[in-house]
Amino acid sequence: MLDLFPLVVLLPLLGFLHNSFLRNKIPHRFAGAIGTLAVFLPFCITFLAFSEFRPMERTAPHIITLFPWIHVGDFQVDFAYQIDQLSFYMTLIITGIGTLIHLYSMGYMKGEEGYTRFFAYLNLFIFCMLNLVLSDNLVLTFLGWEGVGLCSYLLIGFEYEKSAAANAGMKAFILNRIGDVGFILGTGFLFWLTGSLRYSEIASAIPGLNGFLPYADLVALFFFIAAMGKSAQVPLYVWLPDAMAGPTPVSALIHAATMVTAGIFLIARLNIVFLVAPNTSLFIACIGAFTAIFAATIGTLQTDIKKILAYSTVSQLGFMFLAMGVGSYVAGLFHLMTHAFFKALLFLGAGSVIHALHHEQNIRKMGGLFGKIKVTAITFLVGTVAIAGIPPFSGFFSKDLILEKVYQYPVYGPMLWTVGIIAAFFTAFYMFRLVFVVFFGQDHTETHGKTIHESGWTITFPLILLAIGAVVVGFFQTPHFFLNIHSLESYFEPVLLPGKSYALAHQLNTIPTEITESHAIGLAGFSVFIAIVGILIAYLIYLVKSKVLHEDHTGFRKILFHKYYIDEIYGILFVKPYETISNGIGLVFDRYVIDHFFVGIGLGLRSLGGIMRRMQTGFVGDYALYISIGSFFIIIYLLVKGV
Amino acid sequence: MNQAVSGIPIEFFLGLAGILFSIGVLGVLIRRNAVVIFMSVELILNSVNLVFVTFSKSLFSVSGEVIVFFVMAIAAAEAAVGLALVIAIFRQKKSANVDELQSLKW
Repeated sequence: MLDLFPLVVLLPLLGFLHNSFLRNKIPHRFAGAIGTLAVFLPFCITFLAFSEFRPMERTAPHIITLFPWIHVGDFQVDFAYQIDQLSFYMTLIITGIGTLIHLYSMGYMKGEEGYTRFFAYLNLFIFCMLNLVLSDNLVLTFLGWEGVGLCSYLLIGFEYEKSAAANAGMKAFILNRIGDVGFILGTGFLFWLTGSLRYSEIASAIPGLNGFLPYADLVALFFFIAAMGKSAQVPLYVWLPDAMAGPTPVSALIHAATMVTAGIFLIARLNIVFLVAPNTSLFIACIGAFTAIFAATIGTLQTDIKKILAYSTVSQLGFMFLAMGVGSYVAGLFHLMTHAFFKALLFLGAGSVIHALHHEQNIRKMGGLFGKIKVTAITFLVGTVAIAGIPPFSGFFSKDLILEKVYQYPVYGPMLWTVGIIAAFFTAFYMFRLVFVVFFGQDHTETHGKTIHESGWTITFPLILLAIGAVVVGFFQTPHFFLNIHSLESYFEPVLLPGKSYALAHQLNTIPTEITESHAIGLAGFSVFIAIVGILIAYLIYLVKSKVLHEDHTGFRKILFHKYYIDEIYGILFVKPYETISNGIGLVFDRYVIDHFFVGIGLGLRSLGGIMRRMQTGFVGDYALYISIGSFFIIIYLLVKGV
Repeated sequence: MNQAVSGIPIEFFLGLAGILFSIGVLGVLIRRNAVVIFMSVELILNSVNLVFVTFSKSLFSVSGEVIVFFVMAIAAAEAAVGLALVIAIFRQKKSANVDELQSLKW
């Protein structure tokens, strides 16, 4: 099965080609089935290959070189895949959750305009994302990186006739470009310093490379800028909430479960670089913590169900970066997986609610839906409990692992931990606010629940599977004091801490120090306590007092409701000046300088031609004379030059 | 190089060729009748032929004479086409005066 691995990448590509070229020739159901199969089969292959690979025993990656790609002098890049623990992990998440979301889309998108196009884009996205995570070099990863950006753009603007969707797509694309500059610079620096772009060669070159250390922080910073763009961290996060203009399955797949975690993956893949870059790592941790609390506070007052989940995603990504920053890559990757499950579940659940309410996204016009759409409500509740961090749901284990590791970080640990715990409090609060307002409480629906009914099996089946996942995936890695399972840590050992760099990192003091068991229990207990407090406050405000949501706030609440006015500030700082400069160039410089210059050349040539054309008299004799004179001068020239 | 051909110095031949060439060029430039212009062109071509055979003889090389045959063949073909044109024009304009043919101009 390992030899069949290229099929994992090829099948989604075939699905994309099939659905885009035969777009008008195949019935809708068939297109959806093809699209789903093109992701499900790779999942099966990956799963079988996974058992053949025996990841718990094997340490060396399996490299598959498909064909030589760019060979120029020392610059050697192959179209090659590196199959190891990390790429398996990502591939299983992408194809596994991808399959469920494809299946969901078959029901959700039924009867929509551009149904086949939707599946073509989704398959293209899976293809690009798999290239991103499976690549054995930075160039192929960059291809996938740009590819997923393109698919994100196409799918956000899927309903391109709506200007909001089209603009949101452009916003995402442009903000991602800023990050991509970082990616290219980082790639260039790595090639300059290590002479290779292959991950395995970079990883083996860096520990013995003394010249690398002075540049480590810079290179790491470039890659973090790339990750900031793709994974929506402050200050480049603003595109993600707007990206909710895309269809809900897209939000679940691309803007929650997979693409936005590419930044986390990149850091994990280049962990050797980040290990020896303590300053950048601390910066990452700070940005992550700030993003976590920043987005969580915005989420507390939003009224669009998908926007709340979007800010929640930004906040959870902040948690992951916090973990990556403190050097606990396992915790970050663990949260990546649990988050993929419960956030995909929450988005799909939200999609089911929106579907049932005929495209209503405002939670002020929902309420009391629990009895009407039971499957959606229960699975949504499971996802909410998981994200809030209540044991034994998956979110508890991953979030607790992150907070524990953060606490152990030297000097700044407790401070970052405090920020993280406050963010966790807000997370529990805004998620339960959402649940109480939408599923319980008073019915504010426009039809008063008359036409509301549960969606079909293609929608509920993925919800149930994801809900099961959101409960159980946490048990891959549990704390010392509870079951003490460390399968993820030992699973990732070959990829994340190669012997030499560990010593190097220890020297630089980026690896957390240990804490006692009772201390760890205390930390975990406190985070559960804070989550329960958050839930209780939400319960008191929105169920007991059944406070009515409104949109005219005062004071700080107004700032929160308007998302700290970040979009407006960016508008003043960047968009307006850019527009002014563009208009200046377009309307003044272009019109008066460039245009006049070229029109002037044209007019000059025309008047010169007006004079010269008088030579065309029409008399044969005149032409003969011109020829004679010309010949005469040519002969004179030849004579003078001396043939 | 043999300075004389058949006992006559080579300069005489070249001088004659130059005179014929100049007459031909002047004829093309000055004369108005299309047929006369053609004759002048033939004169130019034949002056060149004369130069070719002269050097052919003095250098003991036949290649010059070979080229003369080519020139003659082309001149014949050109005369055939040219005279046909002149006749066609004459039928239209009732005249062979080239100054009357000046409609193709600015």
